[in-house]
Amino acid sequence: MNLVLHVWRQRNAASEGRMERYEAKDVNADMSFLEMLDVVNEGLIAAGQEPIAFEHDCREGICGSCGFMINGAAHGPERGTTVCQLHMRHFKDGDELYLEPWRAKAFPVIKDLVVDRSAFDRIIAAGGYITAHTGSAPDGNAVPVPKENADRAMDAAACIGCGACVAACPNASAALFTGAKISHLGLLPQGQAERSRRALRMVARYNEELFGSCTNIGECEAACPKEIRMENIARMNRDYLKAKWNDR
Amino acid sequence: MMKLDSRIPSGPIEQAWDKTRFEMKLVNPANKRKFTVIVVGSGLAGGSAAASLGELGYNVKCFCFQDSPRRAHSIAAQGGINAAKNYQNDGDSIYRLFYDTVKGGDFRAREHNVYRLAQISVNIIDQCVAQGVPFAREYGGLLANRSFGGAQVSRTFYARGQTGQQLLLGAYQALEAQVDAGRVRMFPRTEMLDLVVVNGAARGIVTRNLITGAIETHAADAVVLASGGYGNVFYLSTNAKGSNCTAIWRAHKRGAAFANPCFTQIHPTCIPVSGDYQSKLTLMSESLRNDGRIWVPKQAGDKRPPSQIPEPERDYYLERRYPSFGNLVPRDVASRAAKAVCDEGRGVGETGLGVYLDFAESIKRVGRSGIGERYGNLFEMYERITGEDPYQTPMRIYPAIHYTMGGLWVDYHLMSTIPGLFVLGEANFSDHGANRLGASALMQGLSDGYFVIPYTLGNYLASSKLEKADASAPEFQTTTAEVEQRIKRLLSIKGKRTVASFHRELGKTVWDFCGMSRTAEGLRVAIDRIRSLHEEFWTNLNVPGSEGDLNQQLEGAGRVADFFELAELMCIDALHRNESCGGHFREEYQTEEGEALRDDEHYQYVAAWEYGGPGGQPALYKEPLDFEYVHPAQRSYK
Repeated sequence: MNLVLHVWRQRNAASEGRMERYEAKDVNADMSFLEMLDVVNEGLIAAGQEPIAFEHDCREGICGSCGFMINGAAHGPERGTTVCQLHMRHFKDGDELYLEPWRAKAFPVIKDLVVDRSAFDRIIAAGGYITAHTGSAPDGNAVPVPKENADRAMDAAACIGCGACVAACPNASAALFTGAKISHLGLLPQGQAERSRRALRMVARYNEELFGSCTNIGECEAACPKEIRMENIARMNRDYLKAKWNDR
Repeated sequence: MMKLDSRIPSGPIEQAWDKTRFEMKLVNPANKRKFTVIVVGSGLAGGSAAASLGELGYNVKCFCFQDSPRRAHSIAAQGGINAAKNYQNDGDSIYRLFYDTVKGGDFRAREHNVYRLAQISVNIIDQCVAQGVPFAREYGGLLANRSFGGAQVSRTFYARGQTGQQLLLGAYQALEAQVDAGRVRMFPRTEMLDLVVVNGAARGIVTRNLITGAIETHAADAVVLASGGYGNVFYLSTNAKGSNCTAIWRAHKRGAAFANPCFTQIHPTCIPVSGDYQSKLTLMSESLRNDGRIWVPKQAGDKRPPSQIPEPERDYYLERRYPSFGNLVPRDVASRAAKAVCDEGRGVGETGLGVYLDFAESIKRVGRSGIGERYGNLFEMYERITGEDPYQTPMRIYPAIHYTMGGLWVDYHLMSTIPGLFVLGEANFSDHGANRLGASALMQGLSDGYFVIPYTLGNYLASSKLEKADASAPEFQTTTAEVEQRIKRLLSIKGKRTVASFHRELGKTVWDFCGMSRTAEGLRVAIDRIRSLHEEFWTNLNVPGSEGDLNQQLEGAGRVADFFELAELMCIDALHRNESCGGHFREEYQTEEGEALRDDEHYQYVAAWEYGGPGGQPALYKEPLDFEYVHPAQRSYK
């Protein structure tokens, strides 16, 4: 199949960007979307142009490096799929695709489709952990965890930190990302000691990073390649309110 | 003249690590912050090391090329992590895990390191549970286990099919807590391009900021490399696209011995290659072999769809050749058997490079939902990639490069032949011998990072008289100049071929001649081809763009340049080792039944190579291996 791509090109954070038109020819249906871009890039290099920069690493949908907007949808049209796992069989000959980086004030563009997501690391650093210094742990079976809690914690912990939730949200909110970590740790007995402090500090950092507030629109859940659920945002709000109340 | 002193403690193996810990010197708590430690890599080994060293109070600088430490390739490990907890009461023990790992490594690993690994395995699970890693649980709330990768006890802990992700997030969160506490400074999007050696000791690194292109120096009292394996030398592998050998190769060129480079692991259950645009291979967890049956048609060239091949015309070749282990034989054995049937023309799929992994019988036994519960996410992943539904039609799988057992040589303290340079995780060679068992990579990475380096590094710092770390030393300037020159050279070639085109051709050569099976003749051909392609690389490479920006082609070019040199050493190592063991299968050395034939009399040693200079020959040093506890025998899985 042949496709037309309109791609956001921006040399670096300081320069202006613009959409450029490219043709992707003889695309094989079994290619992944990123492999299709690899082929386009090889062509650009051969023609003496700079290839399109995009972030990627594992190409198995787990590292969270990749991600950009395809026709306005984070990671493209397939539900529960990162762009590295999106295959060209979902597109058809003649499709015109618009590729843009994540758009959010908290995620400044570095180059082309690459953005700076370090704000996520800073939110985790603010409290997204259980303090357990190496060597101080009791036996793994000392504290039983009900299976359903372990399963729900795992559902939340599956977040890959790609940033699609922020990109999809009209408010550019990081509530799903932050809520997922607060839920993961708060659902486990090990996470109780720091539960209030965690909610207060992570939410405070999230606000400092210029993410928008959550207004329960739900685009985040729809765009999430790991299908993390909005109930995690509710848990975050509950923990935050409770902690705020006790903190007065 | 290099000296290999493995510093293996004397006395009974059960007490060796306790005794070593007691004999080690300690750094006074108030003095720890005066020591700067560099950690390169933020995966299971690097992340856990940086976090633990930060907790102890050292001044830690941690580097990764990804945009966040959470993205290190450890994240992609699926199956699980072993620990000798014996929670299942099924006969496991530290000694059994030790025994299985030494045997699984085909008697080419150091017994003392492996014993320590088995001991520490139990602490790792405790540590990870305390951090909130959501391991699978039984209804009573206790930890669940499964049997994995051919082990006859259930000692594998797991978090669905995402165990690596969850363990890494545990280490990453501990690391970020230390970043917040100001004890670890994180340098993401920063690539180590060289090691700085001053007065014979590792004293710092030269890095490139991948956004601005700035070349920077960092001085320290010790350098810890935890930069992963070199599987991407094959171009197509299950490694992440960015995984590379640059950190360890640069250290090798500065004097660190490289051990057993030809010991590479091929994983039997990956999705086969579908076309030349293919950029990487995807692993399907080995746990699938617990319920899937592997087969090919009995007749060569049988192109009927699998559903039309009746039972009597199918060859369940693993069950036939290895009746007691069947589909659960170790990775090297399963991979070679798949290659053998494909070489006979019995491979399946369009390319003929594939075998069936069939779940029909298990679906009949436990139902579609039963299989879905166990492997649902893997089945979805398979369908997403291939467009085929494995509930309806058998999966097609083929072996692919997955892990490298070789790496920088380290002693019992995980220190390389350069004092002050420590190497952890997949980047070192120490624990897996010639073949790694499933669910032991995560165990080793975390063992090295959480529980070994915090002790051995302190001992080094307390017992060495180091001058203050100083980035203005002349060695920093000369090393920086060399790094800059190399970047300029890569950009100035302005040839016709792209980095990917060279990398693909290099990878194919290594795969064809130094992959699943090797011959002396083939390895000689490979060395010639690698050399001539390497020459072409430096005269006909095309790297667009400039050095002062994010330039992914330039990053790739530097990494591929190092892969060329490593590939040659791999072939030299494979050529010198005139035996078959574990993942190293030399066709000349096999039993009548086609099994690997070791030569313990001549090759029961670690091959540690010293860099021979540009165009020079590497020098071989041997560390003999003693097996006092597990006696070498031919591995039998029949």
